[in-house]
Amino acid sequence: MENKEMPQEVKYTAKDFSSSQDVRWCPGCGDYSILAQMQRISPDLNIKKENFVWVSGIGCAARFPYYMDTYGIHGIHGRASAIASGIKINRPDLSVWVASGDGDLLSIGGNHFIHACRRNIDIKILLFNNRIYGLTKGQYSPTSEKGKKTKSSPYGSIDYPFNPLNLAVGSGATFIARSLDRDPKHLKEMLTRAGRHKGTAFIEVYQNCNIFNDGAYEIYTEKESKADNVLFLEHGKPMIYGKENNKGIKLNGLTPEVININEDGNSINDVWVHDEFDKETTRAHILSQLADREGMPAPVGVIRQEEKETYDDALHNQLNALKKTKGEGDLKKLLFSGNMWDVN
Amino acid sequence: MQKGVLDLSDVTVRFAGDSGDGMQLTGSQFTNTTALVGNDLSTLPDYPAEIRAPAGTTYGVSGFQLHFSSDDIHTPGDAPDILVAMNPAALKTNIKDLKPGGTIIININSFDNRNFKLAGYKSNPLEDGTIDGYNVVQVPLSQLTKTALEDSGLSAKEIERCKNFFALGMMYWLYSRPIEPTIEWIHSKFKSRDDIASANEKALKSGYYFGENTELFTTRYSVQPAKLIRGRYRNISGNEALAIGFVTASVKSGLPLFLGSYPITPASDILHELSKHKNFGVRTFQAEDEIAAVSAAIGASFSGALGITTTSGPGVALKTEAIGLAVMTELPLVIIDIQRGGPSTGLPTKTEQADLLQAMYGRNSEAPVVVIAPSTPADCFNMALEAVRIATTYMVPVMYLSDGYLANGSEPWKIPDPDTIPEIHVEFKTDPENFQPYKRDENLARPWAIPGTPGLEHRIGGLEKANVTGDVSYDPENHEFMVRLRAQKVKNIENDIPDLKVEGDKNAELLLVGWGSTYGSIREAVTRARGKGLKVAHAHFRYLNPFPKNTAEVLRKYKYVVCPEINMGQLSKLLRQDFLVDVESFNKIQGLPFKSFEIESKIESIIGGIENGK
Repeated sequence: MENKEMPQEVKYTAKDFSSSQDVRWCPGCGDYSILAQMQRISPDLNIKKENFVWVSGIGCAARFPYYMDTYGIHGIHGRASAIASGIKINRPDLSVWVASGDGDLLSIGGNHFIHACRRNIDIKILLFNNRIYGLTKGQYSPTSEKGKKTKSSPYGSIDYPFNPLNLAVGSGATFIARSLDRDPKHLKEMLTRAGRHKGTAFIEVYQNCNIFNDGAYEIYTEKESKADNVLFLEHGKPMIYGKENNKGIKLNGLTPEVININEDGNSINDVWVHDEFDKETTRAHILSQLADREGMPAPVGVIRQEEKETYDDALHNQLNALKKTKGEGDLKKLLFSGNMWDVN
Repeated sequence: MQKGVLDLSDVTVRFAGDSGDGMQLTGSQFTNTTALVGNDLSTLPDYPAEIRAPAGTTYGVSGFQLHFSSDDIHTPGDAPDILVAMNPAALKTNIKDLKPGGTIIININSFDNRNFKLAGYKSNPLEDGTIDGYNVVQVPLSQLTKTALEDSGLSAKEIERCKNFFALGMMYWLYSRPIEPTIEWIHSKFKSRDDIASANEKALKSGYYFGENTELFTTRYSVQPAKLIRGRYRNISGNEALAIGFVTASVKSGLPLFLGSYPITPASDILHELSKHKNFGVRTFQAEDEIAAVSAAIGASFSGALGITTTSGPGVALKTEAIGLAVMTELPLVIIDIQRGGPSTGLPTKTEQADLLQAMYGRNSEAPVVVIAPSTPADCFNMALEAVRIATTYMVPVMYLSDGYLANGSEPWKIPDPDTIPEIHVEFKTDPENFQPYKRDENLARPWAIPGTPGLEHRIGGLEKANVTGDVSYDPENHEFMVRLRAQKVKNIENDIPDLKVEGDKNAELLLVGWGSTYGSIREAVTRARGKGLKVAHAHFRYLNPFPKNTAEVLRKYKYVVCPEINMGQLSKLLRQDFLVDVESFNKIQGLPFKSFEIESKIESIIGGIENGK
């Protein structure tokens, strides 16, 4: 069944992945960019179009499968990861993707999300994180910041938010990345790399809801503030950022600090060098929580990745091994077993 | 001393002791041996929800009842002829069920003040009149086992745990059963512990010889093999039959079986059994919760598997929304509900039939599913095949209602030749020409087009669909059309299921109707009542949605219709509502199956007086 590679002669374009359905997100929604980048990179994954399956739950993001001209299920609220797990477990030959929002994936679907990560099922999970409930018209979400005033929190939300990347690290996802709806180039790269990863791949996309939470990520996406607030991660490279590329992250024990390179006796050598393949998850936890600290930039890029056996491979290896040792299932043997006796 | 052998046609035994005393094991060994002897049989395990409740207490008592006979039988027996009580608590909780004058074998070593107190006896029940009218045999089971195993090298505690084999050996002697099958079993079970295996074998043999030599027993009994239909048999429980039924359906349909499941009593044994059959390509997914279990099964079905999920009532409640998704997406799915006492956590290890209305209506909006129910443990096999045939032919979820009594109870099963089991014809759509995801065949079923098929890429989901195209549609007329269509599709299945069969008196005045596990008790009650000259018949529903096509015709033929159910009257409600027939509901809601005499009394209360001219 491992036959993902497509024959050389078929070459898709972005248009091949665009369905006939009218896209019905609000004009200006960040979802448009995610859809466009996904359609653009899909041909590059060398996967036959009929082998893609898009799965979603409920919410604005969950309409995504309708717009991809692939196989798809628009499921029920929160359960996309579970439905996708069933598809992938049954059919490891398929490339299975989940499109989900912060409410869908982390509130009602939180349990399925962490367990999919834990099992390392080879599915790709995209979190469209706009930090608000959109389709139900503007309640705070599990990623909304504490104190946020919304329709359901007129005096300010008293909930502490989830940090999605940190949750994914803690749950054992084997590819964890963050990107921005307003940075198509970076987003394309992350989607491509997630698509090529074998195992649970999770991408948090900072996505703007221009109706209910406009400007949530403004400092990360607007030209004048982006450089000073976004840290682009690259494997093997020091974590530097800033308009002048003169700020760096230094790891002082387990505490990250911002340093000015070439000032106060600091040099580039003091800057934390990013290692996507770090076996130790401690540093990935620190990195994933960086933006929660006052005065720290938000890292984007691949936080961590790891190669390990996927659940779907493990299951099918077991099935195949048992077919070899016990022989292909034989109904006669199955039915005629145990203590039997004859009546004549 | 040569003892007399008395031939009996029919015996009911019950083993009862602490949940740590190995009563389920003792009972199932006695059952297997009895099956090999060729008796017809029916079993009823009855155990507490606690794994090891405090020793000696009444709530920690675990029981196993077995009815075996040289005739055709259908129930585990109303009242035991003989009770093996390992301690005072077992005596206390079980004595009331025993036949008047029945035999009680007690382990006298456990009858001390401490255990009387734990069982809630204020005085010694052997002396205060409690056991008057019974034939009580006092055996120092613990002491005899200890003596037999003093050279075994085992600890006192380990020796004490062998006493159930002593009791079993004694019972084998008493009912003239061979001990060899159990000896064989002991050695395969304790393969890695030779000392334990030898000790258990010795305890078993000692018990057997004790029976032969003691003066406590003057007679032993035998029960001749039953005259069953020719063939090869094995003893099978409902859950086992169900599990291998789905494996068989997988082979017969050519679809890989995918089980999404979350452990829950009394359904977990199906998960255990199916996870053994990986060489049939069975994918078992022990999910993080009930909702994930059904959702994964739906995903698997979408991708071309035979998606099933196993659970009990509380799990069905959690799966409700996802079942609605399967209704809307028109995917094959089998939801297996091993019903137990409720509501809420209820009585996890006890049986009940109270999820029928949940199965029928327990979803938001109009969400019809097919509902079927096996009527005996062995029938669980047949209905698995039916569930899959219907689900795949009609692209529809099927609710399969078994219960704790069927699941754990067992009976001899005449093993079918798999070659004679019909294929389940399934064809995936592959032709892109004029493909429409919601275009329908003569069964109103939409095509099953699975990922990986070029040119058939399409999206399905929970939003209302336009017929034929499957596009999302908010059109008011389309919605009404689709609601009616989904209902019609299920209704049409009445043309594809067997008619309701009536057994019993051709000129009956009274019809008993039932469904599911009450089959055996009703049938036995009807047989007995007819033996007394009462004109009574029995019809048993295995298909509950849709009902068989001749249901109205059958129900309207009788002056009286009575429906015994282990609930408050759920089937009778449906029958009254659908057929406007005055069905009288007869209920028992104690977490226990009906005893035949209870139904027999009901029959007599309705037609007995008139017929007998009283």
